[in-house]
Amino acid sequence: MARITGGIATSHVPAIGAAIDNGRTADAYWAPVFEGYDFAKGWIKDNMPDVVILIYNDHASALMLDIVPTFAIGFAEEFLPADEGWGRRPVPTVYNHPDLAAHIAEQLVIDEFDITIINEMDVDHGLTVPLSLMFGQPTEWPCKVIPIAVNVTQFPTPSGERCWKMGEAIRNAVKTFPEDLNVQVWGTGGMSHQLQGTRAGLINAEFDNRFIDLLAHEPEELVPMTRLEYLREAGTEGIELIMWLIMRAALGYGVEELHRFYKVPASNTAVGHVVYRTLS
Amino acid sequence: MPRARLYSLDELEDIPGTHVFNARRARQAYHLHKFCMSLMSEDNRAAFRADESAYLDRYKMTQEQKTSVLARDLTRLIELGGNMYFLVKIASTDGWSAQKAVSSMSGMSAEEYGQMMIDGGRSPDGLRSKRDQG
Repeated sequence: MARITGGIATSHVPAIGAAIDNGRTADAYWAPVFEGYDFAKGWIKDNMPDVVILIYNDHASALMLDIVPTFAIGFAEEFLPADEGWGRRPVPTVYNHPDLAAHIAEQLVIDEFDITIINEMDVDHGLTVPLSLMFGQPTEWPCKVIPIAVNVTQFPTPSGERCWKMGEAIRNAVKTFPEDLNVQVWGTGGMSHQLQGTRAGLINAEFDNRFIDLLAHEPEELVPMTRLEYLREAGTEGIELIMWLIMRAALGYGVEELHRFYKVPASNTAVGHVVYRTLS
Repeated sequence: MPRARLYSLDELEDIPGTHVFNARRARQAYHLHKFCMSLMSEDNRAAFRADESAYLDRYKMTQEQKTSVLARDLTRLIELGGNMYFLVKIASTDGWSAQKAVSSMSGMSAEEYGQMMIDGGRSPDGLRSKRDQG
């Protein structure tokens, strides 16, 4: 049977991708950010998943204009990196695991999550920057990736509670897939940042660190948080943290926190990152 | 069956200096955003650079939205319904970093804003609620 063995959360700032693509990871500005990922890059080599279920948001690259799905699953066999205004990132094509994606899509609807199926789309920095952070610059990504896109752009976004239940539904779907697969679930986005208006540049390190403190062992403290509180405390784009809840819920009751990292800034954003191993 | 208790999204308007992108604003900015997403191809970026006004006339944006694009007035574009994930494609076309684009709304120079971020960013203290500000 397929099993979820671990989870990773990370911010997905586009400038991080640009720093990797342009060979600037050793710059004085960037080196302290990338050092935070040294552990995960080593750990994942020894714990390579067959499939990553990657929870991210599309930044008006494939979705959000003509079609605005709350939850969507990538269903194509492959996904190209999107041209977000400066050309496609020079990173490998992302390959899906279509059979597991189909199983998850079916089981989610049975579990009352009426997820949108996307048969063709490009994937933007929200998906490719986390892959670059974990795997560096390979000629091919070393595992299959199932993209699950969450609307965190147009309000109302799904609630924290809804995201938690979504993660539980993903867990139950994976557990009932008959093939023997090592699966990880990654949650991306955050931490505090606001990309508009006179509050632009907002960072709330106290909020961010409390979020990381509670996520591993007391996530029930985070789940009821309202959208308003995310926006007030973590900025308009800080709402992306609801995607970390999906990851955490998909790991089940007990996790071991193997690594955590927090650094301000990367561009406009506070960078947060955790690595969890499942215990149940 | 119990159903969720409904409530207004108006409470999200209580955050100072912030326009929360909702369904109404998505409709208001639809054609502006269609233009922004067109900049995801090099051919379209070249056509926009060659004659910005003529390129904008391909889209059913309001005149004020067009004027604000030409002026790169991101603050005004957000007041006119825009959302940064779309608008940043204009900045990328111009070769601006996302940080420079965001700083243009902050009331600071790009250098001052960049230094503020290095120094830990903008504190939320005093900026959580319009009501708290009186």
